[in-house]
Amino acid sequence: MTNVLVCIKRVPDPTGEVVLTADGSAVDGRFAGWTMSAHEEAAVEIATQVADGGTVTVLSVGLAEAEEQLRSALAVGATDAVLVETDTLGHGPADIAEEIAAVVRSREAGGTAYDLVLLGNDAADTGDFQVGVRLAYALGRPVVTGIQTIAVEGATATFKGEGPDGTEVFELGMPCVATVLEGGVSPRYPSVVGRMKAKKAPLETVAAVGASKGAGRVGLRVPPPPPSEVVVLGEGAAAAPKVVEVLKQLGVLS
Amino acid sequence: MAELPARAQCVVIGAGIVGNSLVYHLAELGWTDIVQLDKGPLPNPGGSTGHASNFIFPVDHSREFADITLDSMKQYKELGVFTESGGYEVARTEERMEELRRRMSSAKAWGIPAEIVDPDHVVEKVPFLDKDQIIGAAWFPTVGVVDSLRAGTIMRERAIDKGALTVVPNVEVTGMEVVEGRIKAVETNQGRIEADTVVIACGVWSPKLARMAGAYIPLTPAVHQMISVGPCPQLAERPGEISFPIVRDMDTLCYERQHGSDMEVGSYAHRAILWDPEDIPTIEQAKLSPTELPFTSDDFDPQLEQAYELMPELLGAEGAEIRYAINGLLSLTPDGYPILGETPEVKGLWSAAAVWIKEGPGTARAVAEWMTHGNPEIDLGHSDIARFYPHQKTRGHVKARTGESFIKTYGIVHPSEQYTSARNVRLAPMHESQKALGAVFYETAGWERPHWYESNAGLVEKFGEACMPRAHEWDARWWSPIINAEHLQMRETAALVDLSAFAMFDIVGPKALETVQHVIVAQADVKIGRVVYTPVLDSRGGFRSDLTVMRLAHDRFRVVTGGAHGMADLKWFADRLPADGGAALIDLTSAYTTIGLWGPNARAILESVTKADVSHAGFPFGTCRDLEIGNLMVLASRISYVGEYGWELYVPMEIGAAVWERLLEAGKEHGLIPAGIGVYGTTGRIEKGYRAYGYELDSERTLMETGMSRAKWKDQDFIGKEAVIAQAAQAPQAILCSLTVEDHTSASGVKRYMLGGEPIVRRDGSILTDGHGHHPYVTTAGSAPSLGKHVLMAFLPPEEAVVGNELAVSYMEELYPVVVAANDATPLFDPENKRIRGLA
Repeated sequence: MTNVLVCIKRVPDPTGEVVLTADGSAVDGRFAGWTMSAHEEAAVEIATQVADGGTVTVLSVGLAEAEEQLRSALAVGATDAVLVETDTLGHGPADIAEEIAAVVRSREAGGTAYDLVLLGNDAADTGDFQVGVRLAYALGRPVVTGIQTIAVEGATATFKGEGPDGTEVFELGMPCVATVLEGGVSPRYPSVVGRMKAKKAPLETVAAVGASKGAGRVGLRVPPPPPSEVVVLGEGAAAAPKVVEVLKQLGVLS
Repeated sequence: MAELPARAQCVVIGAGIVGNSLVYHLAELGWTDIVQLDKGPLPNPGGSTGHASNFIFPVDHSREFADITLDSMKQYKELGVFTESGGYEVARTEERMEELRRRMSSAKAWGIPAEIVDPDHVVEKVPFLDKDQIIGAAWFPTVGVVDSLRAGTIMRERAIDKGALTVVPNVEVTGMEVVEGRIKAVETNQGRIEADTVVIACGVWSPKLARMAGAYIPLTPAVHQMISVGPCPQLAERPGEISFPIVRDMDTLCYERQHGSDMEVGSYAHRAILWDPEDIPTIEQAKLSPTELPFTSDDFDPQLEQAYELMPELLGAEGAEIRYAINGLLSLTPDGYPILGETPEVKGLWSAAAVWIKEGPGTARAVAEWMTHGNPEIDLGHSDIARFYPHQKTRGHVKARTGESFIKTYGIVHPSEQYTSARNVRLAPMHESQKALGAVFYETAGWERPHWYESNAGLVEKFGEACMPRAHEWDARWWSPIINAEHLQMRETAALVDLSAFAMFDIVGPKALETVQHVIVAQADVKIGRVVYTPVLDSRGGFRSDLTVMRLAHDRFRVVTGGAHGMADLKWFADRLPADGGAALIDLTSAYTTIGLWGPNARAILESVTKADVSHAGFPFGTCRDLEIGNLMVLASRISYVGEYGWELYVPMEIGAAVWERLLEAGKEHGLIPAGIGVYGTTGRIEKGYRAYGYELDSERTLMETGMSRAKWKDQDFIGKEAVIAQAAQAPQAILCSLTVEDHTSASGVKRYMLGGEPIVRRDGSILTDGHGHHPYVTTAGSAPSLGKHVLMAFLPPEEAVVGNELAVSYMEELYPVVVAANDATPLFDPENKRIRGLA
């Protein structure tokens, strides 16, 4: 039985063209919608697999709207949720790590000790790659990053991640922190029943412990789109060999 | 892909189901140079067609919709993209069962197979439905699903094969060039294309495109939520896209439609989520497509539970997940009808918008006919873009009304139900007086019109049973016995009726006579001061309108017509003005109010406020003149739509209240009452057998069929003349009759009163079919208090249109005996029209 805390962030769905809010302070999710990142979806999936009867708490630091993402996680197996309600505009990774650490401590004081704290490898909108490491530091726990699968045996967790030079495998004693990279597990869609349960699952809203004091974001800028380069490969049947060549380069053909 | 040509005969913007069907039908009708544009890629450019649930329930309470849908189904079948699945509308409540019985009436009237069934019937075909959740259902065996994208591709290809069509996808329209009120060219991000005819078939984007030309297509993009749950083992075992009937869970405003191994659940139950066309994302900005917006799960959660309740084993099946969920955009209009036809603002610019999958090909065929011949075969009167008054074109109006009606998509909507939004927009000058009199206001074309007056409640006691009270709540909803009491009082003394909603316009100029003569059936070259009631026909002899024309001067004619259809009539005349400017049209709708004064005492009342001779000899029927009412001047016209002696008084808006007050005051000693539209629109007219446009009269009906043919036609040419002469030489295919209900007693003992739309059948319940292949249905139903009868109007097959013929009307799945009381325009009440002439 493992208690897992999964930290997720409400972000605009990154699949469409990036649109900024009018003041340029954030990404606008009005067209693409809001979601949690694919890394975090994988983290939720891993958490439900390793919990083995333990608690899977999902946590988000953000505005009240983040409840939507928390409920989505509840619909696919998380058991309860915590929302640290605060406007994170101007918050840096250090601030977020501090907020999460505060919840971990207060929950532990309240009787729920998290053996494993999972985060996405990096946020889909800001891409800082920092919160996991800073959180581990704040909690005084070991941390591994870029993890894709986790197996728990007693008080030890085994972490695997595909790196550019092969598979990295770590064994850590719990409690510990890990950041998850998508690709190791297939996150599930919610079932109808799961969604109905999520609606009624417990969600605790807590106040933020402090205002931002670390480095924070001032604004965002979308770079101009790269010029589209059209290369005419030829016309009719004569172009076929070149098309095959391109498909081979792309790895579609071998 | 093709390059953008510099010129085309016709540019169709949009490659959804409407644009694709339209280019096909235009090519079929002989158009040879069509260019179709879309900003998205083919075959799914990203509009509403791309995410449609693609199922078709043919039944609808509106005949126009039903006919168009049946034609669409025929076309989908011919294209090989229709799969018949059958469909249920299930009821969880008794109120819904009654509504389903009412839908049986519509189904029978439009010739659509349908029956009321018990829950066992449903679970036999849909075994995963929880029988205990429902009390019954309506079964529609001909329901099916279509592949609308494939249909579109085939239709485009057919037009291309004919050499008539060039398709240019991935080109965005950026502007419209209008010269002297006529479309000249379409500007795009790939250049400019000239065309004399441009059609906006852009679904949710249509308003934006129309504004580029200065025209209005008053629709709004609205969200329809849908999820897809699967794989469900119960579905996966079956081959093909659909093998179980579609279920409409009417009480929860949801549907469940199998799509391969998934079950799609769609909802019309959530709050109205309305968008502006300008805010729809671009293809690049959108995650899925511009019209598949991010799902807002909170809005759907209640429906999810209800759907689960209905199909727990299926939707709760192991491994079945919500794999797809969207807030899909579709088009809604303020009155629920599509927006079709040439825009009144820009010649040559057409709209084919707010059309759903089930109506796409049928609508496109009709619009193509309209563009080609000037008339669609199926009457599109309710969908005519010309119907909108200025205030109805505003975003505010569109959003208010669609916001209110969205939730009624599957709702139980009474035929007389009134909107609560966007009210108190057009107020008659005597509005305050009417409020003081306890007027119950109904809305027409934005006008608040008294339907009856609570101040007349005492008359119900006076007339008692003659008011024909209705015991059943549905029959009595949006109705009052006061209407019948007002009617009886009018026949006894006199009534004052507010007719402010009339549309009114003058045709003036040296060629005014020529213009009017050409448009109307009756002789227009009459003496100044004559009033002519006349049909207005299209070239096939179908009704475009019926209205009155007053000749006010040698070169001035005033047309007075109904409010609902007034703007379309105005366009019909405006489109037929001489090109050389020899006649002009002046819209006076907002300049005059109209007050009706009718009844045996009407003459005495008017005499008490004017010195003019208003006797039958001094002011004959069918004439009009200026009249001094003390220090007020009005135009009085001696006509009647209620069968009584009296006048329509056309009064400048600003003195309307004064004239109203003076007449009410003067009428006191003569027993004058204010009477509402309930009398004017229904009881008064039905006793007199007067036909109404939009009910008995539309472009599918002829003078012969409506008993309005003439022994001889004027020498001058007029639109439809050739057709009416030909029609007069042949036996009609159907004949408009008035029928009386002989016994109202239902099986439960409660007396029932039909409201319109019900099928007329034989006494044994067997179906009647007229020469058009249509089945008779009630076009107008209403009390005839002076006869003590409930009267129905219906077009019967000629062999059944015999006075005294005993038939039946089917209402809520029960038969009631009726008898044909008139098979022509002969009034049931005062057949010799003695009252109108002041002889009775």
